[in-house]
Amino acid sequence: MDRPDVRLSPVSRGRSATESPAARIGRIALAAVPAVFLGLFFVYPLVSIVGSVIGDVHVGTVLGDARLRGVIWFTTWQAVVSTVLTLAAGLPAAYLLARFRFPGRAVLRVATLVAFVLPTVVVGAAFAGSRPSLASLLAAHVFFNLAVVVRLVGSFWAQLDPAYEDVAAEMGATGVRRFTDVLLPLARPSIVGAVTLVFLFTFTSFGVALLLAGPSRATIEVEIFRQTSQLLNLPVAAALTLVQLTIVSALLWRTSRTETRSAVRQGLVSSADTARAPRTMGERVFVAAAAPLLAVAVLAPPLRLVWRSVRTSTGLTLQRYLDLGGVRRGSALPIAPLDAIATSLRVAAGAATIAIVVGVIAAWIIASSRPRRGSWLAGLSAVPLGVSAVSVGFGYVVAFDSGALDLRGSVWLLVSAQAVVALPFVVRLVEPVLTSTRHDLTEQAAALGASPWQTTRDVVLPVASRAILGAAVFAFAVALGEFGASAFVARLDSPTMPISIVRLLSQPGAASVGQATAMSVVLMAVTAGVTVAIDRFRVGTFGRL
Amino acid sequence: MRARSLLLTTALVVAACTGGGDAATPDPGQPAEPVAVTLLTHDSFDVSQPVVRAFERDSGIELRIVPAGDAGQLVNRAILTAGNPEGDVLFGIDDNLLPKAIEAAVFEPYESPELSRVSDAFELDPTHSVTPIDRGDVCLNVDLGWFAERGLTPPDDIASLTDAAYRGLTVVENPATSTPGLAFLLATIARFGEPAWEDFWRDLRANDVLVVEGWEQAYFGEFSGAGGGEGERPIVVSYATSPVAEVVFAEESLDEAPTASVTESCYRQVEFAGVLAGTEHPGEARAVVDFLLSKPFQQDVPLRMFVFPVTDDAELPEEFVRWTEEPVSPLVLPAEQVEAGRERWVQTWTDLMFG
Repeated sequence: MDRPDVRLSPVSRGRSATESPAARIGRIALAAVPAVFLGLFFVYPLVSIVGSVIGDVHVGTVLGDARLRGVIWFTTWQAVVSTVLTLAAGLPAAYLLARFRFPGRAVLRVATLVAFVLPTVVVGAAFAGSRPSLASLLAAHVFFNLAVVVRLVGSFWAQLDPAYEDVAAEMGATGVRRFTDVLLPLARPSIVGAVTLVFLFTFTSFGVALLLAGPSRATIEVEIFRQTSQLLNLPVAAALTLVQLTIVSALLWRTSRTETRSAVRQGLVSSADTARAPRTMGERVFVAAAAPLLAVAVLAPPLRLVWRSVRTSTGLTLQRYLDLGGVRRGSALPIAPLDAIATSLRVAAGAATIAIVVGVIAAWIIASSRPRRGSWLAGLSAVPLGVSAVSVGFGYVVAFDSGALDLRGSVWLLVSAQAVVALPFVVRLVEPVLTSTRHDLTEQAAALGASPWQTTRDVVLPVASRAILGAAVFAFAVALGEFGASAFVARLDSPTMPISIVRLLSQPGAASVGQATAMSVVLMAVTAGVTVAIDRFRVGTFGRL
Repeated sequence: MRARSLLLTTALVVAACTGGGDAATPDPGQPAEPVAVTLLTHDSFDVSQPVVRAFERDSGIELRIVPAGDAGQLVNRAILTAGNPEGDVLFGIDDNLLPKAIEAAVFEPYESPELSRVSDAFELDPTHSVTPIDRGDVCLNVDLGWFAERGLTPPDDIASLTDAAYRGLTVVENPATSTPGLAFLLATIARFGEPAWEDFWRDLRANDVLVVEGWEQAYFGEFSGAGGGEGERPIVVSYATSPVAEVVFAEESLDEAPTASVTESCYRQVEFAGVLAGTEHPGEARAVVDFLLSKPFQQDVPLRMFVFPVTDDAELPEEFVRWTEEPVSPLVLPAEQVEAGRERWVQTWTDLMFG
């Protein structure tokens, strides 16, 4: 993942001028795959939500309701506080990991990334105390968004030519001055990007907020879920979804404008060259203080979870893991936890397959289109990232309930929902590789007489296969941990792993919580393993989410 | 190569997904297998295994019990999937939730022959969309030991909860998410009338009441009187039968119940079961409803779910006879008034308590 992320030369995208009519038809047919999939399983549900609100006074009702205004206000300020805290912790961490070599650096890098990929309900379980609390919610938000800052800002610093700092040092700037006067201003665009993402992620927080915020506080996401499943007040849920969609799209639109304007060229080098051992006293103190702090921040919560899964009032035990195969009497789970794990694996495999097929086609079309033509697809496939899984899940409830589209209770709804959520990651991972491969190799292949199809099949796809494999595994991990959309569409008699964990955590009693922590550890192990594997094989970059 | 890999992909997806399981689909290949009937219910459902096994043996039905959260979530789920249900029979809907479920056509009417053994007082649904199965009373419960230790008198009426002496001692359930929570809200409306009940809750909030999502969390998580519980508050919204449960489940045998229900605070509730419209096994689903009214199940109900049976011939276990005090005149609101006001009351309550 150290692949330079910022393109230094303008990438020329464009079809060859000699495209045959057949190839053109083929391209259009191919474009229909992601268009139909996203149209049916993403746009249509959202349009259904909007349609159910239009012509009604419900948005006004929501904004006129003091408690719902309170929900919007709480959602906003907790996201602001979470973002500020994440930035405060993330910038030193990014600096540490980007600029210095020290023992344990590799472990910390991966651990930070793993924290980001961990399913929200696992993070919720790790931070759950005996009572819901605001502090645990904020801590959990910082924990799993640290990676966003580290990846975005850190990867920029890692590629920034050390000459900038060296010059500043020669001119007498101290370490602190070099950080505040050189590194921070230069990294401004990536910091803005990180802030936007962290704000988006915490603004649309669901699993963590549901588990940690308590019944009297709700993010908009949690409120949409409660209005649906507990109050059955679908109009209010729809209005809230619309409010959230509006805020999120406004934010995304603004950022995309700022991003274009602030893209400045800097002297970037390969990141392998820029990290070095701490030299001065100040640097040594910084590393000696920051590294252990970061280690505690990213390793303590997972370890606490493991510890709680084996600890009982009488001692240590593996019994909770051995019990995963059986149905516990009085449990909120109708099935053995092992069956939930099997369900999760099957559904996630289906979702990852769909996400890869649709995502690779979408990425290929984006990579091979003229910039303007393909960008609608790029935009469309990126939107689920910001729109929030809860909106998708709620949209399914509203959209697929009658006639030929009555898919209620069908496992395909669950598979599609997870595929929609995983899709943006696939496109983001595969598209850059396809784009650069096309640029580098296709002209040569064309010069040797290969048709565009041959070029794609024999040159581009094999080269991109590693990225595709990585994206597939990543999509699988995302689908496995997906909770927001699944909570609306998973069947009661075959819950997925995250749903089972939440169900168990909602039941009081040591047996229930114990089983939930054991399941969380299993889910954590799978996603962590997947993340480490992707990182090892350097199959792509998460830098530009 | 392209076609083959596409085929492979499709096969993978299908293989990955078909196992995901549609519980209601019958297996035509093996007619000898018992028919699986899914009973959707709330998390508090419980039944003795021998009772279920005897039913399964006699009927050739395999009973799958699927809990769906609390009663409110259960019913909402059923309404959202009305006509295309996730199970065959639903148990655990109470009179307060009934109107909106009937309006959404969740149930397929069925008049069980077993109803002849049920007192007319419980047959609240003339359309027979649902069948009464049990009844209970939601009451304040107090931890007698806690009050004795401090020389305090436990409250004997809902109105006392706002006394400064009981500050920070009460835990209640959210009426938006919990059946006993809703029943207690209705109890306060029955007790104080409109709009005085709002003042009561305002005062209760000022008196540091704790609101939690569901009964289990309130009773086992927060109530100090629950055996094996971790709570610290000595007043909780629970059931008239909770004290007898404490005696039955006590680790050492007790002469006296450690908790008591406040009879003046009780609100009557009836729980129903119904055949879900759209079930693929209507015959078997009806047999399950009959089973829920059968003598073995009705006599099992008291000590498993701590509610009273509705059939006349069910004998109460000795513990019930000895330890429960049935409220003589429980609080109650007319069903029409509840139906007309419920949504508004819950909303007002939510604003009062969380606003």
